[in-house]
Amino acid sequence: MEFLKHALPNGLEIVAECNGEAYSTALGFFVKTGARDETDAVAGVSHFLEHMAFKGTSTRSADDVNREFDEMGAHHNAFTNEENTVYYAAVLPEYLDRAVELLGDILRPALREDDFTTEKQVILEEIEMYEDQPPFGADEKARALYFGSHSLGRSVLGTAHSIRKLPVEAMREYFRRRYSPANIVLAGAGRIDFGQLAAIAERRCGAWEPVPTKRTIQPAAACDGFQLLHKETATQQYLLQLSPGPTAEDADRYAVKLLATVLGDDSGSRLYWELIDPGLAEHASLSHCEYQGAGMMMTYMSCDPPHAAGNLKRIVDVYRRAESEGIALAELDQAKHKIRSRIVLSSERPRGRLFALGTDWIYRNQYRPVEAELTAVAGVTLDELTVVLAKYPLSRATTVTIGPLRDLAAPR
Amino acid sequence: MTHPIHSHTFPNGLVLVAEPMMSLQSAAFTFMVPAGSAYDPADRGGLSSFTCEMALRGAGPRDSRQFILDLDNLGVERGESVSHAHTSFSGAMLADNLPRALAIFADVLRRPHLPADQLEAGRLAMLQELRAVEDEPSQKVMIELRRRHYPDPWGRPAQGDQPAVEATTLDDIRPHFQRSYRPNGTLLGVAGRFQWDSLRDAVGELLGDWSPAAADGVVERPAPSPYEHLPYESHQTQIGIAYDSVPYRHPDYFQAWGAVGVLSSGMSSRLFTEVRERRGLCYSVYASYHTLRDRGAIFCYAGSSDEHAQETLNVTLSELVRLAKGIEDAELDRLKARIKSALIMQQESSSARSSSLARDWYHLGYARTLDEISRLIDALSSRSINAYLARHPPENFTVVTLGSRQLEVRDGVP
Repeated sequence: MEFLKHALPNGLEIVAECNGEAYSTALGFFVKTGARDETDAVAGVSHFLEHMAFKGTSTRSADDVNREFDEMGAHHNAFTNEENTVYYAAVLPEYLDRAVELLGDILRPALREDDFTTEKQVILEEIEMYEDQPPFGADEKARALYFGSHSLGRSVLGTAHSIRKLPVEAMREYFRRRYSPANIVLAGAGRIDFGQLAAIAERRCGAWEPVPTKRTIQPAAACDGFQLLHKETATQQYLLQLSPGPTAEDADRYAVKLLATVLGDDSGSRLYWELIDPGLAEHASLSHCEYQGAGMMMTYMSCDPPHAAGNLKRIVDVYRRAESEGIALAELDQAKHKIRSRIVLSSERPRGRLFALGTDWIYRNQYRPVEAELTAVAGVTLDELTVVLAKYPLSRATTVTIGPLRDLAAPR
Repeated sequence: MTHPIHSHTFPNGLVLVAEPMMSLQSAAFTFMVPAGSAYDPADRGGLSSFTCEMALRGAGPRDSRQFILDLDNLGVERGESVSHAHTSFSGAMLADNLPRALAIFADVLRRPHLPADQLEAGRLAMLQELRAVEDEPSQKVMIELRRRHYPDPWGRPAQGDQPAVEATTLDDIRPHFQRSYRPNGTLLGVAGRFQWDSLRDAVGELLGDWSPAAADGVVERPAPSPYEHLPYESHQTQIGIAYDSVPYRHPDYFQAWGAVGVLSSGMSSRLFTEVRERRGLCYSVYASYHTLRDRGAIFCYAGSSDEHAQETLNVTLSELVRLAKGIEDAELDRLKARIKSALIMQQESSSARSSSLARDWYHLGYARTLDEISRLIDALSSRSINAYLARHPPENFTVVTLGSRQLEVRDGVP
C-alpha cells in the first residue's frame, strides 16, 4: 500500500492509494462544487450539470459515453450533494487509461441545447420521484430551516420551477466558473501504476484552463424551529432533527462518530432499544454530517402516526439522559468494535477506499491510511465523549416532521 | 483466477459450501433456512417473517440484549431477509470472529426463545414494516406485480398482510419454527479467510446433531388477471411489467441472462437508452431477472409523471417485444465485459460470495466457481441468444400500475 500524489501545473491534484494486490481499480473526479455554490437563479444547476456530463463532449455523443463505459465493464456513476460533485468508476486494472480518459473527457461536457432540453425532463421526473418517496422532501426542508439563509440550506435538486426556468447559458457559465482544474481532485485506489495515472491525467486534463474559484465560508448558526408539514396521503409519520456537530476539519469528528453509534446506530444503540426493539418506530438513527466549516447531527425517525408524539419525547429523553449521565465504558467499547469492523470491511474494496481517500483529501488535505483511522477510533476516550456531548447538545434540535398528523407539538 | 470451493453434506442434510479468499481480512456467512413465505399458511401471511423477527429476540444462553451486544462486540455486520423459499441470516466480520458468530447463529436456528413477553413488540415491528411499504410506491408496485405474476404461493409478499399479522400468535410461530428450521434444506455458505478443515469441524460441532424434520409441500393456484391498476395518490405513476423466463438451473439460463442484460444492464442498455436517454420519460427504468426453483421471470419497472406514463408504458413494452427480433454482437460484447469485471470484483467481497455459494447450491446442487461462470459466459454468442429469444419471446405480460390514472394496455401489445 503506497500513497502518491502529484499536481498538474493548472492546479488539478492527483492522489492515489496504490495496492498491487488489489483485483480492481477505483477512480473518481471530486469536483468541489455543489448546492452551496449556487444562487436562487440557478438552484439545482450542480446536480443537473452532473447529469449533462454524461450527455456527450466535443468528440463523443451521449451514446458514445454510455457505450464506452459499458465496453470497459465499468461500474460507474456520479452524485451531487451540498458541496461536492463526484464522478467515479470501478474498473479492471487494464482499463486504467481508458477510464481516466473517458471520465476526464466528460468533465468537459459539450452542454448542447437539445440534450439539455431532453435531460431537463429527466431532472423533473427525478424531482417528482423524490416527492413520492419518504421523507417526501422533508430532509431538504429540515436543512433549509436549520441553516436559514446560510448557503448549506440550499436544495440539491432545486425545484421544478427553478429547473424549468434554467437557461443553458446559465449552466455553461456555472460550469466555466466551478469546474476549474484547481477546484478538482482526481483520486484513485486499488491496483494503480501511479506514473501511468499521472501521465494520462496530464494528457487528458493538462490543457484545462484554470480560472479563479472560491467558496465563501460563512459561519453557520443553527436556527431553532419546529415545523409540522401535513401530508394527508402518507401512511407513516417522519421526523428529522438537526443540531450542531463538528465540522469536517474538526478532530472531534471521531468522538461524535462513536457517540452517534452508541446513541443512534441501526442496531444495539440506545435509540434502538428505546424505539425499534419495542416496535414503536420503524426506523430511528443518529448520524453526523460533515461540511466544510460546518457540521450537524441528524436524527431520523419514522413510525406509525399515533406513536409519533411519544417517540419524540423518548428521543429527547435519550439525549437528555446521555447529557446528564454520560456514556458507559462498555457502550463505548461496543461502538468501537462495530466501527472497526465496518472500516475494515468497507476498505476491502477499492471503491470503498476511494470515497474515504477523496473525502480526506478535499476536506482535510490529508492522507489517512486505514490503520490511522483504526487508531483514531480506538483512541477515543469516555472523557472525549463527555466533552462532545456538552459541546454539541442533542436535546435542543431543529425539528421537521411530515406525515398524516395535523397536530404534533415540540416536547417541553 | 478463482479459488476452489469446498463442500460437505452432514448426515442430517445440512450443506456447508465454502470458498476461501485468503487475500481478505474478513469472512462472511449466509444461512438459508427453508422457512420461506411460500410455506406460510394461507391465513397467516408473513408468518416466516414474524418467526424470523422472534428468533432474533434471544436464543440459547442469550436474551435479546445479550444477543445484540455479543454480535456488536464481535463486529458482525448482519442482515436477515425472507424470500419465497428461505429465511436468510447473514453476517460479515473480521475473520477471527467467524467461529464465535456461527455459534451465536447456531443458537438462533436451534434454540431461539421465541419469548411470549416480546410477541407484541415483534408484532408492532412487523406492522411498522407493512405500513412503511405503503409509503414506497416503487417497492409496492413490484410487490403487487410479483403477487399477480407468479402462481400463488410463490408471489406472496414476505411481509404478509395486516389482518394475518394481527391474528398471529405463538401457537402459529412455534410449530412453524419446528417445521421449517431444520437441517435438511438448510444451506450455509461461507467465504473469506478461514481454514476449511477447522470450519467444517466447527460447523459439525454446532449443527451436526441438529435433528431433521419433514419438508412441507405447497399447493399452487393460478395467478390472477394480466393487467391491474391500483389507485394511489402520487406524483408519478409506477409501472410494473413481468413475463416468464427459465429458472436458474435451466440449461438456457445464461441465454436468458444475456437477453435481459441487453435490455437493462449498463447505461448503454436498451431500456435506459430508449426510455430515459432519448426521450427523457423517466428517471428510473430497469428489467431484472428473478428465479424460483422451477420457474423464472423478468420483472421490469418504470416510474413516470402522469403526463408521460402512457408513453413510458408503450415505449417499454415495445422494447420488450423488439427484443425477440434479436440482439447484436456489440451488445453482447459489452455485457460480457461488464460481467467479467463484476465476477473479478466479487473476489473483493466475502459477503457477496457467501450468498452466491448458498444460492447456487439451492438451485444447482453445487456451487459454480467464478472460472466456470466465466467459461459459460464466454460460450454465449448473439446467435445462441437469438435462438433462445425465438423460442422464448417476451410475451404474455403481466402489468400492474399504481397511480392516479389507469393506463391503456393494448391487447397483444404494440
